[in-house]
Amino acid sequence: MPQYETVIGLEAHVELKTRAKIFCDSTTEFGGAPNTHVCPVCLGLPGALPVVNKKVVEYAIRAALALNCKIAEFSKFDRKNYYYPDMPKNYQISQYDLPIAKHGCLEIDTANGVKKIGITRLHMEEDTGKLVHQGTITTTPFSLVDYNRAGVPLIEIVSEPDLRSPEEARQYMEKLRTVILYTGVSDCKMEEGSLRCDANISVRPVGTGGFGTKAEIKNLNSFKSLQRSLAFEAERQIKTLEAGGKIVQETRTWDEGKGETLSLRSKEYAHDYRYLPDPDLVPLLIDRQWVADIRNSLPEMPDQRRLRYVKEYGLPAYDAAILTNTKELADYFEECVKAYPHPKAISNWIMGDLNRLLNLHGIEITGCKVTPQNLASLLMLIGRGTISGKIAKTVFAEMFAGGKAAETIVKEKGLTQISDKRVIVAIVDEVLARNPGPVEDYKAGRERALGFLVGQVMKASQGKANPELANKLLREKL
Amino acid sequence: MQFTLRTAHEMHDQLIKKEISAEELNKTVFARIDAVDDQIGAYITRTRENALAQARAVDRQIRNGEKISPLSGIPIAIKDNICTDGIRTTAGSKILSNFIPPYSATVVKRLEAAGSTIAGKANLDEFAMGSSNENSAFLVTRNPWDTSRVPGGSSGGSAAAVAAGAAVCALGSDTGGSIRQPASFCGVVGMKPTYGAVSRYGLIAYASSLDQIGPFTRDVTDCALMLNAICGHDPLDSTSAKYQAVDYTGFLKDDVRGMKLGVPEEYMAEGIDPAVRGVVLKAMEKLESLGAVVEYTTLPHTEYALPTYYLIAQAEASSNLARYDGVRYGIRAKGSEDVIDMFMKTRSQGFGHEVKRRIMLGTYALSTGYYDAHYLKALKVRTLIKEDFDRAFKKYDLLLSPVSPTTAFRIGEKIDNPLQMYLSDICTISVNLAGIPGLSIPCGFAGGLPVGLQLMGRHFDEGTMFRAAYTFEQNTDYHKQFPEL
Repeated sequence: MPQYETVIGLEAHVELKTRAKIFCDSTTEFGGAPNTHVCPVCLGLPGALPVVNKKVVEYAIRAALALNCKIAEFSKFDRKNYYYPDMPKNYQISQYDLPIAKHGCLEIDTANGVKKIGITRLHMEEDTGKLVHQGTITTTPFSLVDYNRAGVPLIEIVSEPDLRSPEEARQYMEKLRTVILYTGVSDCKMEEGSLRCDANISVRPVGTGGFGTKAEIKNLNSFKSLQRSLAFEAERQIKTLEAGGKIVQETRTWDEGKGETLSLRSKEYAHDYRYLPDPDLVPLLIDRQWVADIRNSLPEMPDQRRLRYVKEYGLPAYDAAILTNTKELADYFEECVKAYPHPKAISNWIMGDLNRLLNLHGIEITGCKVTPQNLASLLMLIGRGTISGKIAKTVFAEMFAGGKAAETIVKEKGLTQISDKRVIVAIVDEVLARNPGPVEDYKAGRERALGFLVGQVMKASQGKANPELANKLLREKL
Repeated sequence: MQFTLRTAHEMHDQLIKKEISAEELNKTVFARIDAVDDQIGAYITRTRENALAQARAVDRQIRNGEKISPLSGIPIAIKDNICTDGIRTTAGSKILSNFIPPYSATVVKRLEAAGSTIAGKANLDEFAMGSSNENSAFLVTRNPWDTSRVPGGSSGGSAAAVAAGAAVCALGSDTGGSIRQPASFCGVVGMKPTYGAVSRYGLIAYASSLDQIGPFTRDVTDCALMLNAICGHDPLDSTSAKYQAVDYTGFLKDDVRGMKLGVPEEYMAEGIDPAVRGVVLKAMEKLESLGAVVEYTTLPHTEYALPTYYLIAQAEASSNLARYDGVRYGIRAKGSEDVIDMFMKTRSQGFGHEVKRRIMLGTYALSTGYYDAHYLKALKVRTLIKEDFDRAFKKYDLLLSPVSPTTAFRIGEKIDNPLQMYLSDICTISVNLAGIPGLSIPCGFAGGLPVGLQLMGRHFDEGTMFRAAYTFEQNTDYHKQFPEL
């Protein structure tokens, strides 16, 4: 039996968060009562004409540059013709042979190091409306159409078939999301559909060239379903081949509940989209200076930023990767560093308590009540020995909940660390007097007893005693 | 003379001299519509109350001593494929028989801003597909000169209304000759402006890269006034040109001395009715006698224009008409099994024969395996046809030809022979493919029926066309002859 390898290419759809739709002035806002974010143009009323929203072109170029694509000098829109009731015109305005950008790449971290995934093309198109069924599509007595989403700008990003496992596919999508989020052109919310994905997958015996017959998988609504569906599909294809069967070129859909892919339609029933250049839209001539301006306005991308964190701040690669995962978190980190130049201490707090509380409460870093300055002040209090690390955790929880400054909380609650030798000596004496057993143990050479005694000092001081000082004084007394 | 057969600029003079009020003027035109439209069938929808309200507003302006624009209070017929806010707009099709647009086309807004009144919505071939108005789903329009004959098409209702005095001016649309051919058949002035000169926003598309809205009028001066009112860049239409608008009445000079006029020999060849050719030749001689230089020239790719046009126009149409599916507006077939069945039944019941024929032809031309041989080839030939004109316009200020090979034919004569019908556009379609302006001006009669002379100009050089047409008109009286109704 040959060993098989999996070949995967992904088509990602990203909704751009421009204020207005791609060809009219209707809002792109998500939700809203059905058919309220519409106008004659996005409803495809007779006689209405599309006019391209320049902001959409700018955002597409922005995303394309972040994905290392070449931007076309001459690009155009085409009509993709097929009938479906969620399409107001029964054609979708898209780009066929002259997309806005081509030949990009994205790097992902795999077990075998960094891998470069090719991006074939990036093009602009309009989103469709949404069908609303009662129950399921096959049993519903009628269907309703909501055109609020029709005409929302999308970019489609097509990868080369460079991905070799479901894990890589997932990593690619996660990285794509990170990069796009950095550019600020999309929210990339899979649950709201502003990031969607179709996958092409085939298998072939290891070491052979060429490609096996592929299947296209649709309806992948999360990173998890992407990876799971591909794992299922790869196994299905391999099993089919090993049983002497043949793979049919077809479109399959992922059934999350059943955990399997199901055939939707075979190649013979594939649409003939009858593309034609859209005569309502003039070709786009992309000004080089404009592209240069957009390139200059791009923020530092996650890969560069991560490398810089290792080099400039001396952070472990792991910390750097987590901190740069979103632009907002990285910006937050850097603001903290500006106020308190101890990157590793900051990184520890962000990756520890801060991330834990953010996840616990489902809050984004942008919604965090602890400002970078306040986090820096807290760390300064620890650094100066004003409060202990343990007290700091309590203070931080309160800062997170109410947004107060660390100093205020410490002052209000009287949490200042006790570093006065005389005060601590008094406590130490009392603890030694009350715990003759452990004292004996320590003297008999059992080091562990010291830990217990330090704990008793901390307890007696309500956690405020400087632990290092307590430790030192205890040793002296013993 | 029948009052309603006066020109807009004559009526304007009477309005500002307060010899007639705009309301009276409009009532008179509606009386004329009532009197003749049973014979002609120019209108699908009449909008009398709207028009009278608009007219009263103009009267208030006049009473207040405000300056009114040249088309204020002038009743205009709008081809029924041009959207009018709150007024049913059918495109001559059963599928849109109940469609009331929630917005107006830019041209309608501009005319309303100029104070014009909307007399009604004029009949047309369904979705502007046809050359006789026989493809309308609603009624047959008859030629005012001979009611057994067609008015031409597809803007037949607009042309017939102006010829019959049932509107003072009209708007039509021209994809392959749909303004010029009916203007020629009905003996009025009709113009297709340069592609991009007039906004298409609100024009129900037939073939987007060829469609252009233009005026029907009873003389060249009115035509210039109408173009003044409707032309200019529109941010709602990407294909509308950003060019400096001019006052076209400034070109209305009785002088063609030294103007170089070319006559493409392909347009005077066999297939042109000898009587029509005779009338057109006489008109050319007239211009020569007025000082123009008239010479034969050649547009060598003319023979490919008809197939090129039918491939491009139908390919675009097959896509443009896909939206009529019964989901959002228009009629919806009853008793469908599922959504695909609903699409098919709605479209089967809603579209007429010619529209279906063209959708099928266009769908085929765009299909995988046929695209390169048909649609792509047609786009290439279109470029060659444009280049023919570019070459000719290096030498000539204008080109002249007949508008149509024949005069108005009889109702029913060609309806069963689509190819014969298509040939009646043979002289006009190249102008749309090249995107240049074309104008039809009455130039005589053959067998008692009007004949039109076609003037073709350079891109955005409507001015030169107006000068030549105006000069011809000043030295002839064909525009002063009216059908008896």
